[in-house]
Amino acid sequence: MRSEPVVQVQALVKRYGTKTAVDGLDLVARAGVTAVLGPNGAGKTTTVETCEGYRKPDSGTVRVLGLDPVRQAGELRPRIGVMLQSGGVYSGARAEEMLRHVAKLHAHPLDVDALVERLGLGSCGRTTYRRLSGGQQQRLALAMAVVGRPELVFLDEPTAGLDPQARRATWDLVRDLRADGVSVILTTHFMDEAEQLADDVAIIDAGRVIAQGSPEELCRGGAENTLRFTGRPGLDLASLLKALPADSAVAELTPGSYRVVGKVDPQLLATVTSWCAQHGVMPDRISVERHTLEDVFLELTGKELRS
Amino acid sequence: MTATGTGTGKYTPKPGAAPLPRMIAAQAALETRMLLRNGEQLLLTVVIPTLLLVLFSAVDIVDTGEGKAVDFLAPGVLALAVMSTAFTGQAIATGFERRYGVLKRLAASPLPRWGLMTAKTVSVLVTEVLQVVLLTVIAFALGWSPHGSPLTVLLLLLLGTAAFSGLGLLMAGTLKAEATLAAANLVFLLLLVGGGVIVPLDKFPDAARDALGLLPISALSDGLRDVLQHGAGVPWGDLGILAVWAVAGLAAAGKFFRWE
Repeated sequence: MRSEPVVQVQALVKRYGTKTAVDGLDLVARAGVTAVLGPNGAGKTTTVETCEGYRKPDSGTVRVLGLDPVRQAGELRPRIGVMLQSGGVYSGARAEEMLRHVAKLHAHPLDVDALVERLGLGSCGRTTYRRLSGGQQQRLALAMAVVGRPELVFLDEPTAGLDPQARRATWDLVRDLRADGVSVILTTHFMDEAEQLADDVAIIDAGRVIAQGSPEELCRGGAENTLRFTGRPGLDLASLLKALPADSAVAELTPGSYRVVGKVDPQLLATVTSWCAQHGVMPDRISVERHTLEDVFLELTGKELRS
Repeated sequence: MTATGTGTGKYTPKPGAAPLPRMIAAQAALETRMLLRNGEQLLLTVVIPTLLLVLFSAVDIVDTGEGKAVDFLAPGVLALAVMSTAFTGQAIATGFERRYGVLKRLAASPLPRWGLMTAKTVSVLVTEVLQVVLLTVIAFALGWSPHGSPLTVLLLLLLGTAAFSGLGLLMAGTLKAEATLAAANLVFLLLLVGGGVIVPLDKFPDAARDALGLLPISALSDGLRDVLQHGAGVPWGDLGILAVWAVAGLAAAGKFFRWE
C-alpha cells in the first residue's frame, strides 16, 4: 500500500538573480525516509528550504503534508521539524536551555531530559552555543528538529562534519523516528548515508531530480554491473566478446587487468571462466561488483558525487 | 511504506503549537535572559547610564543651568536608557540573531513572526522597567525631586521605545551584523552627545539646535525634562516628533526587514 505523499514538488523553479538554483524539479516523497542526494550546489538546500516555507517558488507548486508551505505556514509549522545546515541558536544560549525553549513552543514535546541524554548533550552543561564543538552544535540542531513530535522532519546535511560515533548516533535516531512513523527528508552528499537510511533516494544534479527510487532499484535499474579479473596481459578479447551476450563490453584496463561490463548473472560468470579455461588463463582475483549509488551518480551525470 | 508499530512509540508524532500566550512569554523570557547575560549589552544599558548620572550629578563638568544637576540629568539619562535598550541593544542583538540563523530557525517554529516581534518588545519593556527602577533609585539618592504626571512620563517612554525600536529593527534587518554593531554604537555615542542627554541643546548654535531638536532622543529627553524638571503638562510637540519617528521607523522596518 502506497501512502499519501508527505512532500509533493512539481516543476519547481527557483532563481537567485541570474543563477537558477532549481530548474524544473519534480519530487514526490512518501512516508518513511527520503534522501535527497547530490553534490554541493545541486539545489538540495534550496529545494528543502522551499518545502520548509523559507523560499517562494518562482514557478511550480510545492505541497507539504498537503499544505502550501508559504500560504499555510501557520498550519504547517507545528507539524514539521527543521534542522538547518548551520546556526539557528542564540550564541549566548546553553544547549539544554535552547532545547527546552523550543519544547515550550510545542503542545506535546518530547521529554527534554531523555533527548539530552540520548544525544549526549548533557556534557555541554553551562557552555554557551558559540563555545560548543561543531558536533555538539549539530546534535543540538537535530534535537531541536524532533523535540516538538513532528510528523515530518527536514534534516539538511545532518551528519556533515560529524565523527563516526556521532554519525551513528544520528543514524540510529533517524531509524527510531522512522520506526515510530515519523517521515524524514534528509539531504546528504554521502552515498552510504542514503544507502543505510533511505527507503527512497532522489538524486539531484543541476537543479533537477535525475533519478529516484529505492537504493536497490537505483543500483539495479538500468545500471550495468561489472565483473573484473586479472590474468596474463594481452589476452585476445575479441574471442571473449564473441562468447558473451550481445550487450556486453570487455576491456583491458591496465596490462593484465580486465573488466567485463554487462548483465552479470551466473551464466555470464560461467561463460567468462570457461573461456579462461579454454585459453589456459588462470583468472586471479575474479570479482563481481554491484553498482553503488556513487556509480549510478557517475553514470547519470558524468561527475563525481563528492567533487 | 508504512513503518508505524515497529518502534517504541517514543517518537510517535503528536504535533501541535503551544498556546500563543505561553509561546510569547517563553520567547520574551529567553530574549531577556540573553540580554541580561550579555556583558556588552549590560555595559550599554546599565553601566553607562548609571555612571553618567552619578558622575555628572556629583561633579560639575557640564553647565546644566539653574537648579540641581540631577534634576536636569535624570530625565536625560532615562531617555538614554530607553535608547540604549530599544535602539542600540535591540539592533545589535537582532542583527546577530539574523546573522546566526536564529530568526530563520524560529521562523520555522510554531511561534508566528508577529509573536516573535511581540516577545522582543516585551523583553525590551521588561529591561526598561529594570533600568527605570535602578536609575530612579539612584537619582533619588542623589537628591532628585521630580514633578509632573507619571502617566505623561509613561506615554513619553512608550512612544520613545516605539520610535527607537523601529529604527533599531530597521538597522538590524537591513545591514550586516558587523555594520549594525558599529553603526548602532556610533549612533548611540552621537545622540548621547548631541541629543540633549547630558549637554543642554542650548549650548549648540541656533541652527544646529533646531535640527538636533527633531531627533528622537532630543524629543524624548526634552519632553521628559519638561515634565519631570519643570512640571509641564503634556509636551505635545515632543510627543508629535516621537510619533512621526515611530510610525516612519516601524513602517520602514516592516517593509525592509530581511529575516536572513
